[in-house]
Amino acid sequence: MRNIIAFIRHFFNLFLFLILTGISLGILINYNQTYNVVFSNIASEATGKVGAQYNSVEYYFKLKKTNEDLAAENAELRGLLRSSFESPDTSTVIKIDSLLKDTLGRVRKFLFLPAKVVNNDVSDQNNYITLYRGSKQGVIKDMGVIGPQGIIGKVIDTSKNYCRVMSVLNRNSKVSAMTKKGFYTGLVDWDGKDPRYVTMHNVPKSAKVKIGDSIITSNLSGNYPPGIMIGTIAAIGGDPASGFYDLKVKTATDFYNIQYAYLVDNMIWAEQKDLEAKTLKQ
Amino acid sequence: MTSLLKNIIRFVLFILVQVYIFNKVPPIHQFVKPYIYFLFILWLPFNIGRPGLMLLAFIFGLTFDYFSGTPGLHTVPCVFIAYLRPFLLNLLIPQDTIQLSFAEPSAKSMGWASYATYILILTFLHIALLVFIEWMEFGDFFYFIGKVTATTALSLVLIFIAEMLFPRQGKYRTNAAA
Repeated sequence: MRNIIAFIRHFFNLFLFLILTGISLGILINYNQTYNVVFSNIASEATGKVGAQYNSVEYYFKLKKTNEDLAAENAELRGLLRSSFESPDTSTVIKIDSLLKDTLGRVRKFLFLPAKVVNNDVSDQNNYITLYRGSKQGVIKDMGVIGPQGIIGKVIDTSKNYCRVMSVLNRNSKVSAMTKKGFYTGLVDWDGKDPRYVTMHNVPKSAKVKIGDSIITSNLSGNYPPGIMIGTIAAIGGDPASGFYDLKVKTATDFYNIQYAYLVDNMIWAEQKDLEAKTLKQ
Repeated sequence: MTSLLKNIIRFVLFILVQVYIFNKVPPIHQFVKPYIYFLFILWLPFNIGRPGLMLLAFIFGLTFDYFSGTPGLHTVPCVFIAYLRPFLLNLLIPQDTIQLSFAEPSAKSMGWASYATYILILTFLHIALLVFIEWMEFGDFFYFIGKVTATTALSLVLIFIAEMLFPRQGKYRTNAAA
């Protein structure tokens, strides 16, 4: 026994080093797998407050750009109003409308909750965003997050007043997407290289895609409403031996200066998930 | 200013500067990321015991990690360099006299050559381990080599600038404190 104690005392520093390293690796692995951080609630309340302070300064410098974005979005929404269409145009409008509203709008119901961005990274391999809106204000895990120009990410963690969003610019992020022309579906993820571009996989080579085509969210991803802009095709690539394209997509959202975001609440998603879980069991 | 107060201020400043300035710099390339926060550990006084040093590095790393949203990622390399620091210091300055008469590692207390070696080795090890953990997740060998080289070089430049901007007086410690 005395030898053991002597041994431990002799190598105390090494043991302490191993224990501390073990704890931090544990936290890291646990976080990456489940996104349930041990102290996440306390930590994100505290860091969120500091982030909000910082943002109040940063926000001022980006006011002009934010204003332009919101004005552009307003104009776009105004354009969708029925009253702004003359009768000769109606036919085309109904065609667009039927895609976005009639066929799908009847099935799903989405509620949009606006939130202020208080912290935002672009320079890491796994980027996260903090929004000033939490479980008290109706945010739940897995909600989709979109901005004025396109999608941003999804909620992975909430505290009382803040929520943490996994940005599309994250190695773990995968978004179900489709091309606006032809509805070829695929998966959008990020290769960690350039924050302005994401990659769309699994598009069959039979698909007719052109540079400049729009990529939108598909109707398979429950947390985003279908038809939200992801970006436009910037380059078409892919292994000649495989049957699939890898499309380089320029993101519609400018991740360098996001100031406002909308959390998307799919109000009947729980029902869909329940049904799917039930089928798996059988 | 006492050493304790000075280090508390440094703790806060290094985290804020890293999180709200260097992490906000738009990336020039995926290999280049400015890191300077670990200079806090390199500048800690000589007279902290090794367990204290490691615990401090652990708390510092974890605090930084919660601000940058990656719990554990930067903590491991922080604890690692805190563990290696005393070994390296013993190698670079064999006489105990310097450790007794100076408060903390600096170019003045150790001499330029020893101090540069000290900074170079620990910076390299810190960033190598940090990128290695990232690499375990994403796996691309070229990414590992490229990022370690580019990021270490940039960190060394930043540390050099920090040394130039904030010259620390190599204060003699009085015998009473020792």
